[in-house]
Amino acid sequence: MNPAYRPYHPKWHRERMPIFWWLGQLSYIKFIVRELTSLAVGYAAVLLVAEVCALDRGAAAHARFLRFLAAPPVLAFHLLVCAALLFHTVTWLNLAPKALVLRVGGRRLPDGAVVAGHYLAWVLASGAVVWWLRGGL
Amino acid sequence: MPEATATIRLEVLRYRPEEDTEPVWQSYEVPLRRDWMVLDGLNYVKDSLDGSLSYRWACRMGVCGSCGMMVNGKPTLTCASYLAALAPGPVRVEPLRGFPIVRDLVIDLREFLDKLKSVKPWLLRDEEPPLAAGEHLQTPEQLAEYKPYSMCINCMLCYAACPIYALEPGFVGPAAIALAQRYNFDSRDQGAAERLEILSQHEGIWACTFVGECSAVCPKGVDPAGAIQRYKVAATAAWWRSVLMPWGAR
Repeated sequence: MNPAYRPYHPKWHRERMPIFWWLGQLSYIKFIVRELTSLAVGYAAVLLVAEVCALDRGAAAHARFLRFLAAPPVLAFHLLVCAALLFHTVTWLNLAPKALVLRVGGRRLPDGAVVAGHYLAWVLASGAVVWWLRGGL
Repeated sequence: MPEATATIRLEVLRYRPEEDTEPVWQSYEVPLRRDWMVLDGLNYVKDSLDGSLSYRWACRMGVCGSCGMMVNGKPTLTCASYLAALAPGPVRVEPLRGFPIVRDLVIDLREFLDKLKSVKPWLLRDEEPPLAAGEHLQTPEQLAEYKPYSMCINCMLCYAACPIYALEPGFVGPAAIALAQRYNFDSRDQGAAERLEILSQHEGIWACTFVGECSAVCPKGVDPAGAIQRYKVAATAAWWRSVLMPWGAR
């Protein structure tokens, strides 16, 4: 007998979500990893700002910053950050067709074309940056 | 293999509020027949083993959306899930996750129905044209725009798959938003701005973090996750329009 039960006053049960709910299913784990790797995106942006600040402080400060980046533990950490960035980018670009519905000549572009367009834009933007860094301007 | 002798164990989560303070598991051996669904197994329990087991079902053909339950942890229409595909078992059957349990496998639908009503899933018109103006004709392209979202049978599997709904019960949720889009994309409807007012709140589209499981479990291929993301794009565009062109806001 449930002592809290009263006739005509139903006692409904609601399961509480455990804190590690996402460990039970691969798709949930992938989602959590995708969300967590957004921290790597933020970190990369902060790192870029830090380098610009070092440049602003002069050549010696920038050289110190580059030495910091070349230290093995920092290098190893940044390889992890790079892997996280790639995971975030790929999973995010693959989701683009869900949000973006484009029509050409009245027909909806297939999802593959939307994804391919995003990858093409990524490659072009990266190429433009490399070209600029190699003295293209 | 003689069908009559093969059995499979169903482990069913029971909750009898007058007896149980917490839900408890109960096992039943049911015949494993080639053409039986999980729902047939539950019906066997009800008819032959334990008449006190409570659950919902109606059409037995994947149309009414009544018999959604968690089967082995996955939101499933029990009338469309073969027992033989889950052999050798045991098969764990629970009520849909995220909803209050009324009794055994029966969940409380009121939260969902209130949310569904809140997004006004019907044709909204500023003014009705006179009958003499004839039918609202649509082209096949206009029909194709909203038809996928009109396939929703309100089975709530998408809610059970959505961890956000379980964590934030205030979230309007996948099916209700997909049905709002069904009417937004209908060329006869003029209520998109009215629905956007409701769904651009935090508990509307912005509570969704795009887990995507709602679309993965939908038995009708409705893609509520896509509907919500498209809504976010539309809401953002509407916000920018209201900022950049306040005179044209509507």
